[in-house]
Amino acid sequence: MSSDTPPVLAEPEGQAPEPVRARSALTEKAGLGDRAFAGSARAAAVFILVIMAAIAGFLIYQAVNAISQDKVNFLTSFAWDPDGNNTNGVPTFGIAAIAWGTLVTSVVGVLLGAPVAIGVALFITQYVPRKLGSFFGYIVDLLAAVPSVVYGLWGLLVLDRHMSGVSKLIEDVLGWIPMFKTNGTYGSSMFTAGVVLAIMILPIVAAISREIYKQTPREQIEAAYALGATKWEMIRLAVLPYGRSGVTSAVILGFGRALGETIAVAMVLTTVPGLVTRILQPGGNTIAANIAVQFGEAFTTGRQALIASGLVLFLMTLIVNYVARLVIRRSTNKAGA
Amino acid sequence: MAKRIDVSGLSAYYGSVRAIEDISLTVEPRTVTAFIGPSGCGKSTVLRTLNRMHEVIPGTRVEGKVMLDDVDLYGAGIDPVAVRRTIGMVFQRPNPFPTMSIYENVAAGLRLNGVRGKSDTDGIVEQSLRGANLWNEVKDRLNKPGMGLSGGQQQRLCIARAIAVSPDVLLMDEPCSALDPISTLAIEDLIAQLKNEYTIVIVTHNMQQAARVSDRTAFFNIEGTGKPGKLIEIDDTPRIFANPSQRATEDYITGRFG
Ligand SMILES: Nc1ncnc2c1ncn2[C@@H]1O[C@H](COP(=O)(O)OP(=O)(O)O)[C@@H](O)[C@H]1O
Ligand SMILES: [Mg+2]
Repeated sequence: MSSDTPPVLAEPEGQAPEPVRARSALTEKAGLGDRAFAGSARAAAVFILVIMAAIAGFLIYQAVNAISQDKVNFLTSFAWDPDGNNTNGVPTFGIAAIAWGTLVTSVVGVLLGAPVAIGVALFITQYVPRKLGSFFGYIVDLLAAVPSVVYGLWGLLVLDRHMSGVSKLIEDVLGWIPMFKTNGTYGSSMFTAGVVLAIMILPIVAAISREIYKQTPREQIEAAYALGATKWEMIRLAVLPYGRSGVTSAVILGFGRALGETIAVAMVLTTVPGLVTRILQPGGNTIAANIAVQFGEAFTTGRQALIASGLVLFLMTLIVNYVARLVIRRSTNKAGA
Repeated sequence: MAKRIDVSGLSAYYGSVRAIEDISLTVEPRTVTAFIGPSGCGKSTVLRTLNRMHEVIPGTRVEGKVMLDDVDLYGAGIDPVAVRRTIGMVFQRPNPFPTMSIYENVAAGLRLNGVRGKSDTDGIVEQSLRGANLWNEVKDRLNKPGMGLSGGQQQRLCIARAIAVSPDVLLMDEPCSALDPISTLAIEDLIAQLKNEYTIVIVTHNMQQAARVSDRTAFFNIEGTGKPGKLIEIDDTPRIFANPSQRATEDYITGRFG
C-alpha cells in the first residue's frame, strides 16, 4: 500500500508553485460573462422590488382614500355599502362581518379537512403496500389540480342539496349552541362553504403530509416496533412526532388557502347583509368572495374599499403564516437541542 | 425471567432471496451469546428473526422454528407484537425517540404495556436507568430531550428503554459500533451485569469484544455474494478462540480473511 503512494503526496516539500502566478490567479477579475450576468440579475431584482413597492403604494393609497371617506368604523362595522347606494351616497362600510365570515368558513374547512387529509396521508404511507400507496397519492394529487370553479359548481349544484340533512342533524344535537341554531332553512350556508373548502384544501395538505410521513426514519419505526408497538402505536411513537412540525405547517398552509379562496365560496354562499353568526342557515360572506361579487358593480369608492378589504385579507394571511412559523420553531426547538 | 432460545432449521428471506439457511442453535438462559462473522453473512437477520422483527420489512419471510422455552414463536396464534414485548432489542445506531425526554423514552414501552400510574412509572424508570448504569448521569435532567445525551449515553438510554418492560431476552445488534472506546467499555460492563437477569444475544464485528463479553460464540459465514449465510459453529467462547473445530472459524479469527 505505502509503496504505491504517489510521490507527490509522499514529498510535501517538492517544488513550490510559482508565487507570482498564484497571486495573479487570486486577483484575477471576474470574466465579462460573470459581470454581465451579475449586473442583469441585480437590475432584475431592483426592477421587481420597485414594481412591488409601486403596487403596494398604489393599493395602500386607494385603501386609505376609501377609509378616510368611510362614515362608520372600518374595523368594527358590519355594513358593506361603500358607494352609499342605500344612504344617498354616504359611504358606510366595515370589514367586521366579512372578516368574520372568512375566518368561520376557513376554520370549518380546516377542522373538517385537516384530519381527513392527515388520515389519508397516514393511510397512503403506512397502511397500503407501496405501489398502491403511490397510486392513491397520484389520485390525491389529481384532486389538487381541479380548478376551484369546478368545486364551486359542485358545491352549489350537488353538495348543497345534501347538506340540509347533515345540517339538521347538527342542529338537533348542537342546537343549544347559538352558532348551530337556524331559522329552519339550511344550505347555501357558511357550513356548506366550509365543507367545500375542506375538500379543496384536502389534496395539498394530504400531499405535503404524505411526503413528510414517508420520510420517517427507519430507526424510529424499528425502535417502536422493537418495544412491542402495534402498527397504530408505532405511528403514535414514531411517525406522528416526526411529522408534527411539517404537518402543522401543511395545515396552516391549507388554512391560508381557505382564507383566500374566492370563486367556490362566492358560488356557494347566499350573501345577506350584516353579520351572520348562524353557520348552518343561508347567509354569510367572505372577503375574497365579496371582492369577486362586488367588484364589477362598484364605483370609485366601492373599488377602493374592496382594495382595503383585500389588504386586510393579506394581513390575516401574513399573521397566520407568522403564527405557523412560531409554532414550528417551538416544536422543533423542543425536538432538537 | 430469563428464558432459553432454541432455534432449529431456520431460514429467512428478503423477497425471493434467501439470506440465511438452515440455522440451528441454542441459547441458554442467563448467558451472553455472541454472533460473529464477516459482514453480510446474516448475523443481523438471524438476530431479527428471534423477536420477529424480520417480518417488519415488507416482503420478508421466515421458515423453521424458534422456541422460547416451550413456546414456538412462529406457531399459530402467536402475536408478533407480544413476542417483541418479551424479547427486547437494541440497535446499532442509538435510536431514542427524538421528541421525547429521557424519562418519556424509558417510559415509552411501559405505556404500551398499560402501566399508567405515576409512581409505578417513576419507580420503573429509575430502576431501568440504574440498570443501564445511566441513572447518576441523568437523574437531574430526566425531562430534558434524550437526544441531548452523548452517543454512549443514548445507547444506554435505549438499553434502559428495552429493559423497562422486563423482557425475557435482550438482543443487541452491534450496540457499540457507533460508540467511542470509553462508551464501549461502559456498555460491555453493563452487559456483564445484565447477564444475571437476562438472556443476551449480541452481534459484534469486534472479536475482542466477543471474547470479553460472551460465554458462547456463534460463527456465521457466507460462501459468496448472493449465497445464504450459514452457521459454521457455536461453542464456548474460550474454545472458539483457542481451538475452533472448523477451519473457516480459525481463519476468520486469526484474520486470514473477512
Ligand atoms: N432490508 C433488506 N432487504 C434485502 N436484503 C437485505 C436486507 N437486509 C439485509 N439483506 C441481505 O441479507 C444478507 C444478510 O444481511 P445481514 O443480516 O444484515 O448481515 P450482517 O448483519 O451479518 O452484516 C445480506 O446479503 C444483505 O444484503
Ligand atoms: Mg448487521
